[in-house]
Amino acid sequence: MLGAVGRCMLGVTGSGQVHAGSCRQVHAGNWPVCAAGVWGRRGRESSSGSGPPTMPATCSACGTSPAALRRPKTGHALCRACFLAAFEEETHQAIVAGRLFRPGETVAIGASGGKDSTVLAHLLQLLDQRHGYGLRLLLLSVDEGIAGYRDASLAAVRRHQHRSGLPLHVVSYRQLYGWSMDRIARHLGPRNNCTFCGVFRRQALDRGALLMGADKIATGHNADDVAETVLMNFLRGDVGRLRRGAGAGPAGGEGAVPRCKPLRHAYEKEIVLYAYFQGLDYFSTECVYAPQAYRGYARALLKELEAARPSAVADLGHSGERLSLRSDLRMPARGTCQRCGYVASQPLCKACVLLEGLDRGLPKLGIGKHRRLRDKLQDGQPLTQEERRRLGALAEEEPPEEQVPLGELGRDEELWGKQELRGPRDLDF
Amino acid sequence: MVVCVALCMTVGPYSGNRLALIVSFPSCAEKCMKCKEASPVLVIRVGDAFCKACFREYFVHKFRAMLGKNRAIYPGEKVLLALSGGPASSSMLRQVQEVSAPQRSNSLHLASLVCYSEGAVCGQSLAERGDTLLQMETILQASRFPYHLAHLEEVFDLPSSILQHAPHNPTGPKNSYKEAVEGFIRQQRREEGGSPSLPERQIQEKLAEVSLRDVPGMEGLADPEARLLAAVRTEQLIRLFGSVKTLTAKEELLQTLRNHLILHTARTQGYSKVMMGESCTRLAVKLLTNLSLGRGASLAMDTGFSDDRHGDVVVVRPMREYSAKEIAFYNHLFGVPTVFTPALDTKALEKASIHRVIERFVYGLQAEFPSTVSTVYRTGEKLSVTPGDASPAAEPERCLLCLCALDTNVGKCKRCLPAPG
Repeated sequence: MLGAVGRCMLGVTGSGQVHAGSCRQVHAGNWPVCAAGVWGRRGRESSSGSGPPTMPATCSACGTSPAALRRPKTGHALCRACFLAAFEEETHQAIVAGRLFRPGETVAIGASGGKDSTVLAHLLQLLDQRHGYGLRLLLLSVDEGIAGYRDASLAAVRRHQHRSGLPLHVVSYRQLYGWSMDRIARHLGPRNNCTFCGVFRRQALDRGALLMGADKIATGHNADDVAETVLMNFLRGDVGRLRRGAGAGPAGGEGAVPRCKPLRHAYEKEIVLYAYFQGLDYFSTECVYAPQAYRGYARALLKELEAARPSAVADLGHSGERLSLRSDLRMPARGTCQRCGYVASQPLCKACVLLEGLDRGLPKLGIGKHRRLRDKLQDGQPLTQEERRRLGALAEEEPPEEQVPLGELGRDEELWGKQELRGPRDLDF
Repeated sequence: MVVCVALCMTVGPYSGNRLALIVSFPSCAEKCMKCKEASPVLVIRVGDAFCKACFREYFVHKFRAMLGKNRAIYPGEKVLLALSGGPASSSMLRQVQEVSAPQRSNSLHLASLVCYSEGAVCGQSLAERGDTLLQMETILQASRFPYHLAHLEEVFDLPSSILQHAPHNPTGPKNSYKEAVEGFIRQQRREEGGSPSLPERQIQEKLAEVSLRDVPGMEGLADPEARLLAAVRTEQLIRLFGSVKTLTAKEELLQTLRNHLILHTARTQGYSKVMMGESCTRLAVKLLTNLSLGRGASLAMDTGFSDDRHGDVVVVRPMREYSAKEIAFYNHLFGVPTVFTPALDTKALEKASIHRVIERFVYGLQAEFPSTVSTVYRTGEKLSVTPGDASPAAEPERCLLCLCALDTNVGKCKRCLPAPG
């Protein structure tokens, strides 16, 4: 498309969030990155005092083709083919060295329709064919019930499924729990939604994987996600999660089905570049409930660290793996939930506690420390008005919800009507 | 108590949360929370108001308790205080003086001071450095402890025989297989049992030899030869730092050299303990910085109370539970003299180095979530020194530069590798 003008995508995450260190430079042509973003001139430390570096002419790997980009991870100048080859090879090495898969396994790929899971699904299929992992791959999607966000991204998943031919299953919160995220957010408010969504999604993925007979779940967490998690857990003092770590051990999963993160060494920027160069179709917008999440602080910090020193992302992941905690700390013990049988460290799993709160009209039951009130509820004692308000009860009764028909669990039905949305607008395939 | 009620003007079904936010501020009509008699002069932590006398008592008691709880300093032990002239280390000096009052039984009689001057690399001119040194010397003389001024230029005199041996062969039976390294050659380090362990006596003899040698420092400025040599050293130092491209790497280099210098001073003068004045806030920043540099495996040693990686000299951090605010107020209320020296990252850009980024982030987040620094600090306290996957019997391989256990299977530890770009 000649003469098109767009905005530089580097520094814009797949969810569309623009953060510190982003470029957003207007440029001509239909490339997703401006020249500065490609050559990585922005954010480099100026202590050397020299002018901007000149663009190298040829790819440093093959030496013949002109270089098309500079890798965010290493700073090497590479042509398109060499970059794709390098990325694929590194992922293959991560899978082999980490012994993530065994031949004959069924792997459910957590597909949200975003850039990470689209690249993951594409790569796993490609590498499985190329190197013969001997895997049976499936796509597993979770519908949280967020209008305008999840329905559009699920459309992207379906397009991917048509192209790739992999079987797809969708599980939804409404089917599993009777509550969609929109309905939860109406009761809960603008904050703390990520807690519900994250806890429910974990169980939803496990239940979906069990339903499909999968041995493992593969998620598209990238190096930036892992680094943000390390930072966030440190900032919040969550020693339990720090110990369980940012590692991707295949047999160390804490849910019912073991998980792995094959892309955990891949930088987010490289995933964006890979998706662009391969012409992959994905959906990118920010979840409407995300802006007030605490992870936003860790994400902003990570972008600044990456600007100061690009290897900080990988270094954080490495630090997270090597953290050694004192052995005399009191750690939660792994048991099972009394109500649903899921893995839990308390008598009731977190999802059951959250659901209990929602069903009783006290949505904050699972948020914050309300042990005394929870025990009171469990004993069957009534709560005072003040206590009900602290747990988030509404002052007046809410109007009854219109009944949306529940689909069959695991069936692939669109309940919200046909809306077809294209992928990122700037790209024209 | 003055109580402010903030109304949340929310719409829709959240209207039940109108009185969600109730904030209370201590007012001047309150009394000190400890003695309940005098009126308070400051508020520390979230809402604790103290009067001057109670604050002083709280401050000094914390120092004593820190030393006593960890049983790190034995009565009569020789301790070296490392002073930069900044608020935390000056406060530490004052605390040591308080604790050294003769009527207390458990007192630190045998303390001595080392003050390090890094003006050359921080862009100070010779005249400015002279001024700073004069100020520092005034403070050091007033303290009536024996003191020693160390200049960063002296690192060039360390290497030839001393500092290469001692850090890589800490005295003690546990490091028998470490050998003397003439250059920084990794293969020599990997040889098992390459050279015999140096018993402690031999090392002390070597150290005695060095301390007898005249170190061309800045004190003897009258001697023209010494002045020339000093100028050459300064030139070398500036060139060394100029060859390091990124500010992050420069800061790390400076810290390594400073640690080696202080270690050398402690060794030559026979001190077994060194006290560094790092505050809680500074340690929280250091934790996150080291995490971002890839030093997750050695976080506990870098920020814990006692750091014994060098074997014969133990570094302790008695100021680690004081927040920067408490130290600043103490210095102001009780007239603790400090000297301001610019650091490497003074007036640097916001994103110039990892240290800058983290510092700005922590201070910014602390303003919004007042428990950030203490939470990070407490998380750091939960780390252990021994790596999780190390076999308890074998002695781990150590990094050449920082002496922490290697956290990779190949080569130097992550931090000491040259950063790309």
